[in-house]
Amino acid sequence: MSFYEFVEGPLWYFAAAVFIAGVVWRIVALVMIGKPGDLSVSHKSSALGAAKAILLHSVPHGGNLSRTIYHVISGYLFHLGLFALLLFAAPHIAFVNKYIAVPWPAMPRWAFIIAAEAAFAGLILLYIRRLTDPVIRQLSDWDDHIGTWLTFIAMLTGCLALQEAHDGLRILHMLSVQALMIYFPFSRLMHAFTFVLSRAHTGATYGRRGFTP
Amino acid sequence: MSETAANGPRPINVQAAVDKFNALTGSHIASYLDACIHCGQCAQACHFHEVTNDPRRVPAVKLAPITKVYRRHKAPFSGLRKAVGLAPELTERDLTEWEELIFDSCTMCGRCTVVCPMAIDIASIVALSRQAFVAAGLGPEDLLQAADNSRDKGSPLGVTSKVLADRIEWLEDEHDVEIALDKEHAEVLLLVSSIEFMKYPDSVVAMAKLLNHAGANWTLSSKGYEATNFGFLSGKADIAKTMISRITEAAEAVGAKTVIVPECGHAFGVLRWSGANILGRPLPYDVAHITEFLAALKRAGKLRLRPMERSITYHDPCQISRRGGATADARYLLDDFATDFREMAPTGNYNWCCGGGGGVQAIGRAADVRHEVFRIKMAQVEETGAGAMVSACSNCRLTMDESKTALGWDKELMSLVEILADHLDTDREAA
Repeated sequence: MSFYEFVEGPLWYFAAAVFIAGVVWRIVALVMIGKPGDLSVSHKSSALGAAKAILLHSVPHGGNLSRTIYHVISGYLFHLGLFALLLFAAPHIAFVNKYIAVPWPAMPRWAFIIAAEAAFAGLILLYIRRLTDPVIRQLSDWDDHIGTWLTFIAMLTGCLALQEAHDGLRILHMLSVQALMIYFPFSRLMHAFTFVLSRAHTGATYGRRGFTP
Repeated sequence: MSETAANGPRPINVQAAVDKFNALTGSHIASYLDACIHCGQCAQACHFHEVTNDPRRVPAVKLAPITKVYRRHKAPFSGLRKAVGLAPELTERDLTEWEELIFDSCTMCGRCTVVCPMAIDIASIVALSRQAFVAAGLGPEDLLQAADNSRDKGSPLGVTSKVLADRIEWLEDEHDVEIALDKEHAEVLLLVSSIEFMKYPDSVVAMAKLLNHAGANWTLSSKGYEATNFGFLSGKADIAKTMISRITEAAEAVGAKTVIVPECGHAFGVLRWSGANILGRPLPYDVAHITEFLAALKRAGKLRLRPMERSITYHDPCQISRRGGATADARYLLDDFATDFREMAPTGNYNWCCGGGGGVQAIGRAADVRHEVFRIKMAQVEETGAGAMVSACSNCRLTMDESKTALGWDKELMSLVEILADHLDTDREAA
């Protein structure tokens, strides 16, 4: 078995297994900690509050837009760009089709370029803020930096591998993505899933009081 | 070691704090701790950061002690983290360094939750963190003393049942108003805040006038009269439960269907939304803030008022509006009554805190920063051009009154129940 075959075969399956099992375990373990019931008399629906909070906290509200505009713009650039690349880049669709045949539209090259530029711009802007803003520097730890760098390297190698002109570049991208996948469940990158739980808890708690913050 | 002037160094029991953090970390708290992405946006919503620009006085920083315990003991993969040395234990130094942030620098106003992309309820985490700090032997002496006073004397300011009876007798004579105390049966049990009794007794008189005007069958009870819950605010859970138990026993004794919380935001939040959970059983009565109860009376046509022409603005107590769900009722009371009412910006559910909620009012060493916080409110009021600021929380009022004096501000601070009572249309008594 060549190194390329190893990376695309056993190592890929290992990384995918760690990612899926890790994410599922972390969410299940988190939920299984349990929480005491709320005995207070509800004023309004907690379920509606949870649903509202999940949606509402995706956008700035409460008059805070001007204060958080940097994060809003850079955050949306990064996340929209990243998910466009992840879901609609032609090589990703071809890769998935090796395992499951799904009709999935690939984005044209110009859209890939725009998505990549947005994702890089957003990530770099967010990281500059992390390095320079006294508040965020105070809050940041090694996990924040590792997560950012792994994401950056996965994106960079992905762009380098776009032409698929060289197997080495493609394997480099595979390796960096696998590192990201293995790191993911143990890190703050899990916010990609835990944001739903966090928002839902607050929405349910305060929605039943009558105002979803 | 923590130093106190009166008692010298206090022993710090780190393990007790760890145990308490672990006991209080449910899946909702765990979700919050796992979701924080360290973006720092909460700083933009916090009045303490707003006025100090101190990168430590940031809501998310206050999550650090509980997060440390969670990651070592309770988080998924905590065993793995511990094995590779990536989950250090909470230390005495952590506790002493965070004490001021947990107690002095959070009014539990919940403004940070609004701006947080993860909607993390940091205020609730601060409330439970205080329990862990107190278990370790930490916490501001004056705040803890207020809680002990509540347990031992009946109220944080030493209003015993005898003082209550004496003050009521005096107020009845002074203001020619009937203030019901210890009626055998009543549909409504009215609570009072000792801040009102000792600093703003006109507020108690006003509530009595309004309830009498509406023909309500109400009483105060010497068995359970104190609305504030410094047990909750200080992190002393046993005292929190004692205070809720007293109110509940008093309500059951008079057969009250409704318990009215007076002008105090935290008193309302604790009894209305945490009371049953603290007590461990559903409350056998409805809880209404005085503004909710008066709004219901107004809707029923039982509150007849003469218009007030003076220009006013309204300060929303955080625990009644954003965290209490009763934002609309104060404005309903002001509708068609305050003819020159001017809203601040931001207001309602997104208001800025007075700076003294969450027990911070009782912490003497926090006075300077409270005064700085009040500058935000001063600027907001100035912008409206209103001549006076009205609120429905005696704790907010006391906080702002003290800051007003310290800063030499000339606007008037008023109580909502007092202005309503002053404008009762006595020629048209309630039907």
